[in-house]
Amino acid sequence: MSMNRRKFLKSSSLYGAAAALAPSIYAGTAKASSEIPVGVMFSLTGGLSIVEKTLSDATLLAIEEINAAGGVAGKEIVPIVEDGASDPKTYNEKASKLVLRDRVPTVFGCYTSASRKAVLPVFERRQNLLFYPTYYEGFECSKNVVYTGAVPNQQLSNFIPWIMENLGKKKFFIVGSNYIYPREMAKVSKILIEQGGGEWVADEYLELGHSEWGAMVNRIQESGCDVVLSNVVGDSVIAFYREFINQGLSHDTLPICATVTSEIEIAAMGAEFAAGSYTSFPYFQAIPTEANLSFLDRYRAFVKDDAAVTQHALECSYFQVYLWKQAVEAAGGEATPDTIREGIKGQTFDAPNGRVTIDPENLHAYLTPRIAQWGGDGQGTIIDEYDEPIQPLPYVAYGETGSDLFCTQDGLDTARL
Amino acid sequence: MADILFIGLSLSSILLLIALGLAITYGAMGVINMAHGELVMIGAYTAVLSGIYLNFNMFVALPLAFVTAAAVGLLIEKLVIRRLYGRIIDTLLATWGVAILLQQAIRLQFGATFFDVTVPGLGPGLQNIDVPSFLNQPFDVAGFTVQPYRTFIIAVTLLLAALTWYLFYRTRIGMQVRAIMRNPDMAASCGIDVRRVSALTFAYGSGLAGVAGVLLAGFKTVQPDMGASVVVDGFLVVVVGGVGSLLGTGLAALLLGQINGIVAVLSNDIVARAVVFGVVIVLIMWRPNGLFSFKNR
Repeated sequence: MSMNRRKFLKSSSLYGAAAALAPSIYAGTAKASSEIPVGVMFSLTGGLSIVEKTLSDATLLAIEEINAAGGVAGKEIVPIVEDGASDPKTYNEKASKLVLRDRVPTVFGCYTSASRKAVLPVFERRQNLLFYPTYYEGFECSKNVVYTGAVPNQQLSNFIPWIMENLGKKKFFIVGSNYIYPREMAKVSKILIEQGGGEWVADEYLELGHSEWGAMVNRIQESGCDVVLSNVVGDSVIAFYREFINQGLSHDTLPICATVTSEIEIAAMGAEFAAGSYTSFPYFQAIPTEANLSFLDRYRAFVKDDAAVTQHALECSYFQVYLWKQAVEAAGGEATPDTIREGIKGQTFDAPNGRVTIDPENLHAYLTPRIAQWGGDGQGTIIDEYDEPIQPLPYVAYGETGSDLFCTQDGLDTARL
Repeated sequence: MADILFIGLSLSSILLLIALGLAITYGAMGVINMAHGELVMIGAYTAVLSGIYLNFNMFVALPLAFVTAAAVGLLIEKLVIRRLYGRIIDTLLATWGVAILLQQAIRLQFGATFFDVTVPGLGPGLQNIDVPSFLNQPFDVAGFTVQPYRTFIIAVTLLLAALTWYLFYRTRIGMQVRAIMRNPDMAASCGIDVRRVSALTFAYGSGLAGVAGVLLAGFKTVQPDMGASVVVDGFLVVVVGGVGSLLGTGLAALLLGQINGIVAVLSNDIVARAVVFGVVIVLIMWRPNGLFSFKNR
């Protein structure tokens, strides 16, 4: 069986070995003017690799497509793949290596906020650029990061009012994993719930990775709530939904409305446990457009898995490479962190989920909020969507509005916090 | 109140399920088996794979997982642990290495990953098993919601505990095991084949871990590192109960499970966990050898 280099990188889980080889392969070529090296940095090993490996694949898919279509301003993109190993400290080391030794002008990578926070100092000190594809909690304003995933207002400002108006639910039980993202999401949710005249009866947290939900589901049952807002992440999600059904609760009368439960978690828990529940994301695999179906086919062919599922962060990992390409071209093919940052401002691309635009002020993406109800086949049915992408407001929990931005090109207005 | 006690009982049964195998390998044989969690994981994967390829349901997977995990346990005993009896700290390190090997074997699909082959059911992804639908549908009895799956786990745990008790206290081989526990040299000089009996005991303890894996797979995700977190709880129960005491293990599981359940419902799970650890510390300070431990002469 023949093995070319990409296949080797993709197939081998010996990414450690690949990472060790990479510099010697690429270091010489990186300086050649017909190529642009970029970092691709996700966890290929460890607990988070289940999700992050797919983000890495989506990034490499976009790079391969762009190269096949003639590259960026005539130059070939050369990905340098690094493994963050589900460990923020490793992330920091790998980011330093990419920025200092490989001298890449951009790194595509990071999934959790913990890993992003760990690499941020590297990018800020060296004036380099990170493209971050995950929905996250906001509350960050860096000139060295382009954020292409949703921020809280793009997942919640449509969701909470919709729950209250269309489902007629007013009493929320907020539950999440115990770290910054669920806590910030809860903060925004409470503002929106109170604005809409609803109330929240509890705001509870469990350890990350917690899998014994007996007591919590019992409390949900006793609390008198009529809807559950879940910011639970990771494999806890699976144990949560299973316990929910096993205790005899039903999504028909007491639906779980989630901000993190994606196609991956649904596939892992068994679709029947989530059937009838809701999730809010700008992207779902089930978006019935030509662009998305074609993307799904290409992704599945690329990873050689006919049953592979796509989800929001994966789609962002894909389209952000195209936005980056346009930014480089807007800069006349010159790829330095500064020219790319200037070039990316206001850049627009037709992604599988629809049109996305990078806000020139805070370098976050305009995205279209959508709500899906999960069916028995593990796929969502999109039951509500905005006509247009909405503006990203990373500080919405602190009172930021579209006409009153806290995070602008000049940096963060700290006096407002 | 009944439902709170039921949650506690359910937590107890899961603890006991994990600890039962450990009570034998650690309690009876003095092996700190860090790979116990991975044997649980292997049991869970046996259920996943037999479901995908052989269309077996959970009930058939239970004995199959017992046999698979016992076979793997036997292999570990023959290759590694056999050489380390009496060196308790060394068994900890060696079995930890075995644990990592087993995890990676599943993650790398026994090497198939290197050849670009994906085996459904293996690999780093999340897997699950189908629970027969009648175990998923709760029903009400006199205002109390019965959760069939948790009840099923409690029943299986009681059955396994009873079986283990019978094996240990009512059979010839059980008597030999207990003799070896007290004093291996004396047992050997009485004509007991210590190596053979120890190997079988270890395999039995491993098999119990496999059964636990199938039952856990019913409400947890199956993934290569699922075993790492359960093994700590298992050791907690065995140490509190008293090394080598089945009764102690059972009571410790009941106690810790109920404390966890009650505090979790009244306050929250994070506090519950802290309280459980606090209770364990106090208990160990009060009775360093655990609640029930036989006196050595």
